[in-house]
Amino acid sequence: MTYTFNDTQMAELNRLVARYPEGKQKSALLPALHLAQDSFDGWLPTELMDYIANLLKIEPIEVYEVASFYSMFNLKPVGKFIFEVCQTGPCMISGSDDIIAYIQEKLDIKPGETTKDGVFTLKLVECLGACGYAPMMQVGKIFREHLTKEKVDSIIAEYRATVTN
Amino acid sequence: MGVKLLLDKANVPGIRTYEVYRREGGYRSVEKALKEMNPESIVEEVKKSGLRGRGGAGFPTGMKWSFIAKPEGVPRHLVCNADESEPGTFKDRYLMEFIPHLLLEGLIVSSFALGSHDTYIYIRGEYAWITDILEEAINEAKANGWLGKNILGTGFECNIHVHRGAGAYICGEETALIESLEGKRGNPRIKPPFPAIQGLWQRPTVVNNVETLAAIVPIINMGGEEYAKIGVGRSTGTKLISACGNINKPGVYEIDMTISVEEFIYSDEYCGGIKGGKQLKACIPGGSSVPILPANLLLKTATGETRYMNYESLSDGGFATGSMLGSGGFIVLDEDQCIVKNTLTLARFYRHESCGQCSPCREGTGWMEKILHKIEHGHGTIADIDLLWDIQRKIEGNTICPLGDAAAWPVAAAIRHFRDEFEWHINNPVLSQTSNFGLQHYADPIHVPA
Repeated sequence: MTYTFNDTQMAELNRLVARYPEGKQKSALLPALHLAQDSFDGWLPTELMDYIANLLKIEPIEVYEVASFYSMFNLKPVGKFIFEVCQTGPCMISGSDDIIAYIQEKLDIKPGETTKDGVFTLKLVECLGACGYAPMMQVGKIFREHLTKEKVDSIIAEYRATVTN
Repeated sequence: MGVKLLLDKANVPGIRTYEVYRREGGYRSVEKALKEMNPESIVEEVKKSGLRGRGGAGFPTGMKWSFIAKPEGVPRHLVCNADESEPGTFKDRYLMEFIPHLLLEGLIVSSFALGSHDTYIYIRGEYAWITDILEEAINEAKANGWLGKNILGTGFECNIHVHRGAGAYICGEETALIESLEGKRGNPRIKPPFPAIQGLWQRPTVVNNVETLAAIVPIINMGGEEYAKIGVGRSTGTKLISACGNINKPGVYEIDMTISVEEFIYSDEYCGGIKGGKQLKACIPGGSSVPILPANLLLKTATGETRYMNYESLSDGGFATGSMLGSGGFIVLDEDQCIVKNTLTLARFYRHESCGQCSPCREGTGWMEKILHKIEHGHGTIADIDLLWDIQRKIEGNTICPLGDAAAWPVAAAIRHFRDEFEWHINNPVLSQTSNFGLQHYADPIHVPA
């Protein structure tokens, strides 16, 4: 499959590249990969990384080594919504274990897996900087904090509704 | 109520917008700095203020600034470290989310002092919505003439760009941050050369934490000497503390570093005491990498002195009986918490975040996690405790960057102060799966105010 940014996406890429000095366009790699991941299917297939390499005039390996280093870049297909649940110390002492177990039970998947309908992926992550509002998870751009089982139920329902409608 | 310099206007409705921020006296320090001062005199004021880096290391900011090289014809850069990722730390997030213009104001003054025309905010990738807030604030500042060319008619040009990371704790280390900003893996560089000589794109660069840069605003407004009068000793000014864990009122608090740890935990103005009326067991007072302290050593030093919320007092006794103020990530553990499990989650964190360059850290963090996992799940042996101790000792000081130390210290401190809890886990492999060691001697002598 080949990937091509539309005009809006290309304009955004150019805005990102323009922040850095002439010849330092590689600096835009992380923001460009965010853009690429968000613009297509939420993950970075090799062809998409090659496309970004081409746009930034760098070697494909320079993109692969970066994409594989940072935990926010997905190198495998993911569901439409990713529940990234924090499991580090402060969340753990505030009850994240129970929340993680509950989400697994509700979605019938293990960490790293995606529901059969392709809607949800569960990912366990390390500290997201919401320790005072624990337990928490990130879904897309948003932090969902002070999680309880009831809250998890309503969050799942909320996202499911956006798909079925 | 203590002195507030950063969050004094945090509760003003609409303070996030330029209009309200300006009406409340915002951007005065830019006027003062650009019109009445010069870069040298600003650096002098910062030196006089005694401000120390708020990201965790506590290095004097004025001194750091004075190291920047000024070769002819080479651009210099100021980079704001907003990669806040140390477990327990969420203060910069609060500042950027609610008072973004305070950071921008500090950045403009600091950029003027350092001669940076293109200044970057490196923000952790997960703070996506805050990136939007900052971009919005930058647009407002630009529209009102505080950014761009010829600011206030002085000829000074400054542009601020927000650069999103993508999930890597290591990028909070300044040379890893620079590598990441160059579009590479976040592998820390060997120093020297220091960033002040060869940093971003090999140009002279200063990297400062969000809170540090925000503190420049009150320093310029009130003067370095006045700022230095707040606080105590070498802990001048105010510090943001993000409090979390088993307390009644988790959140971000600004303190003037003269209050005691006991007051901070139990007073209603701050943490409001331990949740559910339980007993305090332990606390990690400065972000996950600093040594955990049992309640008795947290509230009082080994010599029986009251412990205060400042750099010197928290580190009193060294690592043997003290800890560090660090980033101000204050994690409180109550009597029901298991030290082995807590240490395991932190060890897992550091294993996950090790960049893999240095063998002691790459291998050692993995081993520590595996051994702690074994102990936590009832398969440990007494010899494992000594092995853990040995591994952490071999990581500390043997890596390019401080992540190795950051990974070693929590394990070392847990064994140092809670060895009997580790032993109990090992000697009670079945019982330890369903119940916790509890308080034992740690809370003694603990004084809980009525």
